[in-house]
Amino acid sequence: MRFEAPTTVEAAVSLLAAETGMARVLAGGTDLLVQMKSGMAEPDLVVDIKRIDAMHEITPEDGGFRIGAAVPGIALGEHEGVKAAWPGVVEGTELIGSTQIQGRATMVGNLCNCSPAADSVPAMAAAGAIARVAGPDGSRDVPVEEIAAGPGKSNLAKGEMVDSVFLPARPANAGDAYLRFIPRTEMDIAVVGCGVNLVLDGDGTCSEARVALGAVAARVFLVPEAAEALVGTKVDDAALDALAAACSAAATPIDDKRGTVEFRKKVAGVLARRAATIARDRAKGSA
Amino acid sequence: MSQIHVQTTINGDETEFLCDAEETLLDALRDKLGLTGAKEGCGTGDCGACSVTVDGRLVCSCLVLGAEAHGREITTIEGMANGEELHPLQQKFLDHAALQCGICTPGFLVAAKALLDRNPNPTETEVRYWLAGNLCRCTGYDKIIRAVMDTAAEMRGA
Repeated sequence: MRFEAPTTVEAAVSLLAAETGMARVLAGGTDLLVQMKSGMAEPDLVVDIKRIDAMHEITPEDGGFRIGAAVPGIALGEHEGVKAAWPGVVEGTELIGSTQIQGRATMVGNLCNCSPAADSVPAMAAAGAIARVAGPDGSRDVPVEEIAAGPGKSNLAKGEMVDSVFLPARPANAGDAYLRFIPRTEMDIAVVGCGVNLVLDGDGTCSEARVALGAVAARVFLVPEAAEALVGTKVDDAALDALAAACSAAATPIDDKRGTVEFRKKVAGVLARRAATIARDRAKGSA
Repeated sequence: MSQIHVQTTINGDETEFLCDAEETLLDALRDKLGLTGAKEGCGTGDCGACSVTVDGRLVCSCLVLGAEAHGREITTIEGMANGEELHPLQQKFLDHAALQCGICTPGFLVAAKALLDRNPNPTETEVRYWLAGNLCRCTGYDKIIRAVMDTAAEMRGA
């Protein structure tokens, strides 16, 4: 294995593109090093992107924020601006692992690891986050929910890497939330995860919504029917019932040791209802 | 394949070592530099026995490559006491008998110090969540939590 630590995105992309064997990007390494240790991944080249200054930056952009690919969870949680604008995204990221893992693990790494149960991804998808993919032919912007192809498999082409994620500007009266179900109180893999992002108009009617589910399909996905159940309503009990039903219906989970199909479908609805309630209260400024 | 020459600062001292590309910082500390305070418990970032700080961030050194340490500031348990004088956390761990076999103890101390450096007045809940990534199979945690809370109170008063 070769280890390289370039100082520009262009150099990183050149290294990734030129490698004939397996090349992996190293940011926080909390997935990659575990995979290397278990033999699941045996890269010929590891490209550490942490010597690239921009990878550590959280930059205001068009009223929103661009989060560099090497920003660890703990640094995201220390950023008052991002926390105020997108508390659900920050909370989702902060649920990943222990304090030690938070010191290294990044939102972009969580995205590119392509686990269907990735905690930051439903919140990002609900937020309408856009990944910037750098590659040999330049950069392209991709909605985060289109990065994963399936468990552990991404849609990135050879030589491509996600160098940042853009979280858009917030209008007034907007709120988001992410909740997951785990059988413990912390440090576990989501059995179901749900991100909800909504905007209310002046009289409290929902004008925009995005709802995403995790761990109930091969990848994190948006549920447009669930969003439609909220838009035009006051996010009252009837709307929340419709939201929950839409999420339970959209979930296509598998049975495994962490949860059954029946349980996961039900919990998808329960979490959606609770996350939407938190997002609504945040949008009203009461949470 | 030739080894990687890493120049780094550990506990304030400039040092250097040669490592393989796959070698973890934990293995480099233990096998190349003789700093065996950090322990390998799980090797997969679950147990926290290998906790160190890199540029001030608490991390599991088993999930850091040795080569990544180049130019960084590393602190380990070996840098915690001031010569013969124990850090207050170390003394309180002894006072409270907050250890039995001791394998997890260096990791707990490094992690607890990182917490108190950041938050001198944590609640018990905050201490428990902060230390949730440090596993101890002997003590049942209570004495550890009490030692950290007591240290925090003493250091605030000092």
